[in-house]
Amino acid sequence: MRVTSTAARPAPPPRLELDEEVVRRARRLAERLGQPVVELARSHTTVSVERATLRLAGLAGADHERVPWVNHLVDAVRAQVGLEHGVTTPVWDALRRDEAPDLLTLAQKASAGGVTFRLPQGRGEATGARRAARAAVRPGLRRIDRQRAARDRLIARHGDPQRRPWIYLIVATGDIHEDIPQAQAAAREGADVIAVIRSTGQSLLDYVPEGATREGFAGTYATQENFRLMRAALDDVSKELGRYVRLTNYASGLCMPEIATLAGLERLDMMLNDSMYGILFRDINPIRTFVDQRFSRQVHARAGIIINTGEDNYLTTADAVEAAHTVTVSQLMNEFFGREAGLADWQLGLGHAFEINPDLEDSFRLELAHALLARQLFPDAPLKWMPPTKHMTGDIFRGYLLDGFFNLVGAMTGQSILLVGMMTEAVVTPFLSDRDLALQNVRYVQRAAGGLTEDFHPPRDGFIQTRARQVLSEAVDLLERITDEDSGATGVPLLEAIADGTFGLMKRPADRGKGLDGVARRAEDYDNPAITLLEEGAT
Amino acid sequence: MSERHTPGSGEAPARTGVVRPYGDMTGDGMVQVSFTLPVRHDKRAEGAALQLAAKMGLAPALLVHAKAMGPDHTFFVVYGSVTHLVELDKVEVVERDFPLLPAKDVNATIKRTLRRPLVVVGACIGTDAHTVGIDAILNIKGFAGEKGLEYYSEITVVNLGAQVLVPELVEEARAHRADAVLVSQVVTQRDAHIANTTQMSAAFREAYPAGRVPLLIAGGPRFEEGSAGDLGVDRVFGKGTTPGEVASYLVHALCGPADSAPARARPPRPERKSA
Repeated sequence: MRVTSTAARPAPPPRLELDEEVVRRARRLAERLGQPVVELARSHTTVSVERATLRLAGLAGADHERVPWVNHLVDAVRAQVGLEHGVTTPVWDALRRDEAPDLLTLAQKASAGGVTFRLPQGRGEATGARRAARAAVRPGLRRIDRQRAARDRLIARHGDPQRRPWIYLIVATGDIHEDIPQAQAAAREGADVIAVIRSTGQSLLDYVPEGATREGFAGTYATQENFRLMRAALDDVSKELGRYVRLTNYASGLCMPEIATLAGLERLDMMLNDSMYGILFRDINPIRTFVDQRFSRQVHARAGIIINTGEDNYLTTADAVEAAHTVTVSQLMNEFFGREAGLADWQLGLGHAFEINPDLEDSFRLELAHALLARQLFPDAPLKWMPPTKHMTGDIFRGYLLDGFFNLVGAMTGQSILLVGMMTEAVVTPFLSDRDLALQNVRYVQRAAGGLTEDFHPPRDGFIQTRARQVLSEAVDLLERITDEDSGATGVPLLEAIADGTFGLMKRPADRGKGLDGVARRAEDYDNPAITLLEEGAT
Repeated sequence: MSERHTPGSGEAPARTGVVRPYGDMTGDGMVQVSFTLPVRHDKRAEGAALQLAAKMGLAPALLVHAKAMGPDHTFFVVYGSVTHLVELDKVEVVERDFPLLPAKDVNATIKRTLRRPLVVVGACIGTDAHTVGIDAILNIKGFAGEKGLEYYSEITVVNLGAQVLVPELVEEARAHRADAVLVSQVVTQRDAHIANTTQMSAAFREAYPAGRVPLLIAGGPRFEEGSAGDLGVDRVFGKGTTPGEVASYLVHALCGPADSAPARARPPRPERKSA
């Protein structure tokens, strides 16, 4: 089979003629809305941020009841001196006072109540503890740096996929040892990115499970060992295929910062990490989410990980035409928060989805308009294009056609990462044959129409251009409305909007939701050497 | 509450007697199946597919497509005429004893009959920390492509989360004036799910005046269908239950029209100032 040069290097996607001033205005509004949230993130810490910091310092493992040592140590410090100073200063102060010979022993003793923590007395002691903490966290960041360099080296050796979009496939058996052969098979069949779906409910666990796991509910637990095993298996298959196969997992839920850290340490390549998903869809406290997220994104930025945001979720709850502009607003917010945390544009896998009701007149043209809008607003972002789910009915034959049209929009609008749609969506976990058929569908469209970006120019002021402009202007209107919102009890308009149910129809007040008890306002003397090193870009 | 449908003689002829699948002619018996066998694609694999088709009752069977799925599997599409007959008068169905309603209708019914939001309090009780089930039903994210109860504009959800003690659950149900209480039980070690649920229902009956107990619903993968009575609850939902089914049941049980038997008589309550 010949691959044409256009398919290998798609022409730039067709242009919409957007008013650049409106685009700039949208970004200014997103910044105005996001900045107070960043201030909030900078003035708070969470148990998970503190635990992630201890993980960077090399504290791993769990007790015989599988409670991680990082949880024990953070809980012990919190009980004695509080969370607001950061745990590292009291922890390394205790080590300097020889409460234990090393960090692991300290955590073990602390779990039995055998360690007295305190805030170091006097400047000298505080500086000493802080310096020791910084030295301890540094090797963790160096390991993340080495993993990033290793990825670059492997990509140089094996090569990137020849064509875009990258093909993204999901495996989810619940058993890491079953996932591995399935992931390798998927890579051999053409997947460029493998996502291991997490066990349902992991997002609400306030600890990261340990070790290789063999039982999950509709997915496999995200653990450091599972990450390591899967990455090693994909390294083998990358070598075999002469193409670097990427690995994805989920930095979301109550342990977002820890999972981001483990992903960096074990060289995952992409992580799902949305700014508001946990708040809206998992009822996690908004402040917890924004604090955890900023740290996670700082780690992702450092680790060279591409984030995938979750805008597709809005369209599964709201109507994909009426709510199209909420996707744009969320993309702009994710871009702002991502850049602020240090992510480069090539790391911003902003999401959107093919979820318009196929019975609607012109649904395909509307999809094209929305997909082009995202493409043009974020030209350097590796956009993630998500398949239909809401209108997959169990009629697999119709579903297969719908997936074909989804693939066609992806090809015509130059999307970057394509999550492969399954005709058995909402019916069964995909059969082996479903996956093969789905990949045939993708390949057919890519070969047959991959070069269409060259020919397809939506006419000036035609249906597509007009619709794209309309969505953008509705997005600007919504951003304005939120910015003008009474900043209320929190003083943060975005939090007020989230509390009112502006997004995804869910009302999530800032003083409610899961994980709130793990949030603390930082004290004057708060110190976190990981954040300092991440912000300085230092090692 | 299953109901057996045995169509009487007065019904249309197509509902009784014997039929065969319809391809393009009455009685041709034609069906289409696709499947994968864990064998390498070769002549023998195709023979194996035809053997399976014959055992499934397809005669003659026509193998129209065979394709290797990697080195060790082959995918087949087979057409054929099935030798089996469908005897319509022997068809048995277990009907759900309440209609499945779309979210829109659930909301509309609550609005019309209760004229206030329906309040649901949910929790995992006892030592059970598996919130998977309760979250799948309550959280907006939902389950199996269906949004959870939070998504319904006319249902107010209070999800208490994991490891809630029974007295605490009763207290919260009272405080929120719950119309229904959902408890999830995943852990079944030493029948913990049964013990916890019975304890819960007893506590509610003790704490509330007779006839005022909220609708009690237990859910979990190991509950037996039809065990509601023994557990002292109004309803048990098993594995694979979707939020839409639960929402439909709530409407059926709490918002039923006065003339429908299953709806429980519930005293009217004063309108609240805020939901």
